[in-house]
Amino acid sequence: MRIALAATCIADAMFPSAPIATVKILERLGHTVVFPKEQTCCGQMHINTGFLDKAVPVIENHVNTFAPVLDNEWDAIVIPSGSCAGAIRHQQAMTCTRAGKLELAKTATAVAAKTYELSELLIDVLGVTDVGAYFPHRVTFHPTCHSMRLLRVGDRPYQLLKAVEGIDLVELPSADQCCGFGGTFAVKNADTSSAMLADKVSNIESTGARVVSAGDYSCLMHIGGGLNRKKSDVTTMHLAEILASTKEDPYQPSQPWDTSHVIEVATK
Amino acid sequence: MSTFLGIPGLRKTQPAHDPNILPGTAPIPDEPLRWGQDFPHAAREALKNEQMRRNLGHATATIRAKRAQVVGEAPDWEDLRDTGSQLKINTLAALPALLEQFETNFTARGGTVHWARDAQEANEIVTALIKATGETEVVKVKSMATQEIGLNEYLAEHDIAAYETDLAELIVQLGEDMPSHILVPAIHRNRAEIKDIFLRRMEHTPEGMTDAPRELAMAAREHLRKKFLAAKVAISGANFAAADTGTLTVVESEGNGRMCLTLPETLITVMGIEKIIPSFTDLEVFMQLLPRSSTGERMNPYTSLWTGVTPGDGPQNVHIVLVDAGRTKALADDVGRAALKCIRCSACLNVCPVYERVGGHAYGSVYPGPIGAILTPQLTGSTGHSDPNNSLPFASSLCGACFDACPVKIDIPSLLVHLRARVVDEDKAAHRPTGWGAAMSAASYVMADSKRFALAEKGTGALRALAGKKGYVAKLPFPANGWTQSRDLPAPPKETFRQWWDRTHPQDSDPATQNNGDNNE
Repeated sequence: MRIALAATCIADAMFPSAPIATVKILERLGHTVVFPKEQTCCGQMHINTGFLDKAVPVIENHVNTFAPVLDNEWDAIVIPSGSCAGAIRHQQAMTCTRAGKLELAKTATAVAAKTYELSELLIDVLGVTDVGAYFPHRVTFHPTCHSMRLLRVGDRPYQLLKAVEGIDLVELPSADQCCGFGGTFAVKNADTSSAMLADKVSNIESTGARVVSAGDYSCLMHIGGGLNRKKSDVTTMHLAEILASTKEDPYQPSQPWDTSHVIEVATK
Repeated sequence: MSTFLGIPGLRKTQPAHDPNILPGTAPIPDEPLRWGQDFPHAAREALKNEQMRRNLGHATATIRAKRAQVVGEAPDWEDLRDTGSQLKINTLAALPALLEQFETNFTARGGTVHWARDAQEANEIVTALIKATGETEVVKVKSMATQEIGLNEYLAEHDIAAYETDLAELIVQLGEDMPSHILVPAIHRNRAEIKDIFLRRMEHTPEGMTDAPRELAMAAREHLRKKFLAAKVAISGANFAAADTGTLTVVESEGNGRMCLTLPETLITVMGIEKIIPSFTDLEVFMQLLPRSSTGERMNPYTSLWTGVTPGDGPQNVHIVLVDAGRTKALADDVGRAALKCIRCSACLNVCPVYERVGGHAYGSVYPGPIGAILTPQLTGSTGHSDPNNSLPFASSLCGACFDACPVKIDIPSLLVHLRARVVDEDKAAHRPTGWGAAMSAASYVMADSKRFALAEKGTGALRALAGKKGYVAKLPFPANGWTQSRDLPAPPKETFRQWWDRTHPQDSDPATQNNGDNNE
């Protein structure tokens, strides 16, 4: 298949390891990945902060960038983020309609219908759960709110993780509780957000996992920031990074967090 | 506003600065829907109260588990939700006609219907009705509508003592406190604190009363029993009002409501106009949705229904005050109106991670939690940029747990976003520059164009320098200091994804991704 990648603005600039891993997985599975370079951001931050008018040009850029999918230029669009996929599927058209841009809303809806979050693409479109990954570490998974409740990805990420060779997947207590990120909420309501984060971090640490994974780098940035502040030994990795890891090419987090966090590749 | 002037049965009122006032008490405000600081500041204060957080965490976890169990066992739960949602949508679409239909039927059965535009009018009507009976004491069934209009305080100013008979509402009243939850107004209190309030403020408590729930309940029962038997006037709210029959409904757990609704001669119900349902038979849907969502019970212990006056049985002087108080204004907003579907079950509060940590008082309204965040600002409207209620739509991480729990499927996250936009637009219309506005405009400009975005990415070098060798930033200047309060920020990578792509996929000459020959990386 020919798959267009939407890297997400935050991952492009701050956490390239997630889209890089996404490319590696898809190429390993024999698909062609393309990166439409006009892309920037889906508009989620502007929408959820209430700046709906300011979101419109951002959405317009996103929709125009990915509109070729409607002419079958690509078979699908993949985005390694539940919240961006949620914004694309549930908020872009509404925002355009509110601004009176009805044509754009229509195109946005059509593009959104061909846009998949990573676990959706792998399982629903490509029909794979075992992507041939190897990751011999104890991992706990945080199902991010928007992937769970807006996209309804359900247990897809778990299906993918369970199929990873060598993985020790442990359940995260109160997994469905928000980590407190919420975009600008983390800054506007820093005290409440921090209280939520503290509980999430202690739940993660209680599992004894070496890695906490999720399908959204924004939430992982939040959780990782809290773990790092506590000088925790737990590191954050995107679902894609774990699925990209193989015996031949073990995945190294590309983030220069405190070096004690870099995972040693276990040699059997 | 005043306290309970001259209410017999209460010990002398403590002045507000009295150190004996329990921590976590919210003083009685002038405006029940707008008090205290804005949400971020109120939340900061509330988070310091660890006892309250423990009380709340324990209580909400218990209710959550019960709800999950009884909802899980209903095979048609999602169908019920869809039906309940659609019934409320239909109600709102035909509200004027349904209200008039209700009025006709309620009146035909011997009841009297009164219309109140706002809280002041509702309070005046109720007071006049009580004065006409010559009584100076009334008993009350727990009612959010009367909390919303500040009825008890208004009555006190007019020398009428109103006694709350719901146990949690009684605890709040005795503590001269504000409710912090829609269903369990005293959820922020634990047994020890309740015992303390009873000992201090109840006229007679049993000798050697401990904080065992049963003993506390029996003490309250004894205190209330005298009121029930003596009261000639009762005031209630209503959960539902069926338009096609003129029937009112009160759903409760303790039986105090049944006492108030049957023993007195005069019954005055205060109800928001959105509580109408089209038909009596619609109760079959709502009576399955409400108890399961609310208390986590398959069925609540007491459901009282009355249709006007039944000669020789129960109150013979029956009134209802239909209150608008901002509801028509909310109805005019085709997105915001969904908040009026609410049946006040409180399921959204019990699943909300924000509510669970900060408690109800932080919302500065008798309607706290997710539903409060979308209902309160619509009912009050905005008084301008410094209105604390403008902070309510932002008091959420948009995690969506409330939407999943809502029995009538109010899409609370979408309404929050809608109301956030309303706040932003209000600032814009007033030509008020804000820091967020400037930042969002700049971000919009950058993110609307990939060349500008790629250029901006190059600016992350400063952050990398700030992170230095350790690879992260632990202290950022204002306004980002909110982030570094409890979180570090990783250093941006040396290579963006775009740069990695160009380096690793130089053959990528996909026609659809041609950058017009202009490589801006």
